[in-house]
Amino acid sequence: MRARESSDSLPAWGSVLCALALAIIPLPSLISAFRPDWVVLVVIYWSLMTPGRLGLFSAFFLGLLLDTLSGALLGQHALALLVVSYVVQRFHLRIRVFPIWQMSMTVLALLAIYQFLLFWVDGVAGRTVTTAERWAPVMIGAALWPFLLLLLENIREDVSARV
Amino acid sequence: MSAQRPITGRPFRGPSLGVRFFLLSLVCLSLMVLDSRESHLTRIRQGLSLVAYPIRAVVDLPFFAWRWADRAMTERGKLLNENDRLRREQLDLNVRLQRLAALESENARLRAMMEASARVADRMLVAEILSVDLDPYRHRFAINRGLEDEVYVGQALLDANGVVGQVVRAEPLVAEAVLINDADHALPVTVNRNGLRTIAVGTGESDRLSLPYLTNNADIQPGDLLVSSGLGGAFPAGYPVGTVVSVDRRPGLPFARVSARPAAALARAREVLLIWQEESDGLGEGNPSLAEAPR
Repeated sequence: MRARESSDSLPAWGSVLCALALAIIPLPSLISAFRPDWVVLVVIYWSLMTPGRLGLFSAFFLGLLLDTLSGALLGQHALALLVVSYVVQRFHLRIRVFPIWQMSMTVLALLAIYQFLLFWVDGVAGRTVTTAERWAPVMIGAALWPFLLLLLENIREDVSARV
Repeated sequence: MSAQRPITGRPFRGPSLGVRFFLLSLVCLSLMVLDSRESHLTRIRQGLSLVAYPIRAVVDLPFFAWRWADRAMTERGKLLNENDRLRREQLDLNVRLQRLAALESENARLRAMMEASARVADRMLVAEILSVDLDPYRHRFAINRGLEDEVYVGQALLDANGVVGQVVRAEPLVAEAVLINDADHALPVTVNRNGLRTIAVGTGESDRLSLPYLTNNADIQPGDLLVSSGLGGAFPAGYPVGTVVSVDRRPGLPFARVSARPAAALARAREVLLIWQEESDGLGEGNPSLAEAPR
């Protein structure tokens, strides 16, 4: 069990770094509003599979990094990620055995919570953006979930088989 | 609670999941409150920005490599052509500059007679826009200069055609700037033709500024050039901001609807100029950078 844990940390941090880079990679302005929340998806995966590895504190720190990178209010993404990570860790045993479509629905709900928290903080801080596009990343993220799950599972199997 | 503990993870020492969640969200909330009141958290932000810098650099790397390769593989003929063109352009500009230097010192002399001090844009530095997307709903970008290069908050950014924006956050290695077309941005301007003062407000669209504070009978027409007025102190005076494209006077409303097209290439710029303006009390020495240039 321990060996499995330590072999997870490389893919975990690797995927997190990739997600951070994907979150700020420039896209044409036409589609940049549809960018899926990569960091949240990756955090959901790792809080689901190895809750002890990428815990609340990591989610908090990643959120702060995201705040810095996106120039948002410090703590905004951190709070949203924290809530998502908490919910996943609280119910990870139940979510883990869901069939894939049900898992996607759960991810949809989690992403919606995440976007809503960002939206809410924006509103309180007085820079409300009320376009329908804001909710597009939620749909896209949930649609991407099965593929991401497959990909990360494969990577994790590979790495732990090699160690 | 205990039933929810993960069986694969190591056993939790310390406080339980709920308690940790509660404490960390309190931290988040207090961070947000402190951050919304500006400048309490510059230290923390600077630290985090240093941690995040490698990520930004890595994301920018392919674009940097592409530009580099593009430059390295440009044909010789094309380069020679461009060189010729630039040489001609430089000659032309130098001739104009000589006249400008004379005017500049005359202006300084006159101002000195009237005992008024002029703000003259003094030092400039080229900054590259880092290829990073910030929030898609706001018009902001990061540049590769920071506190190390003495960038300060409120500093004006120009490009070859006009005013681009201003720095809103300075971190050790990078700075964040807001474009003049951001919906949160307003910029004091004057109409070049008649000196009419007003304020140009961003609209969030990349090719439109709005001038909401002009009355229906204000003397403004399409084609008027707007230049920065230097009031408010952030922007140096006299740089082009945009051209008026439409004036819509409605008898029923107190204010005319005026929109302008920004002079700078806001959506396409790759490099911007950072301006340090210094108080100059004129007479003779005028503007060192201009005095040296024509040689």
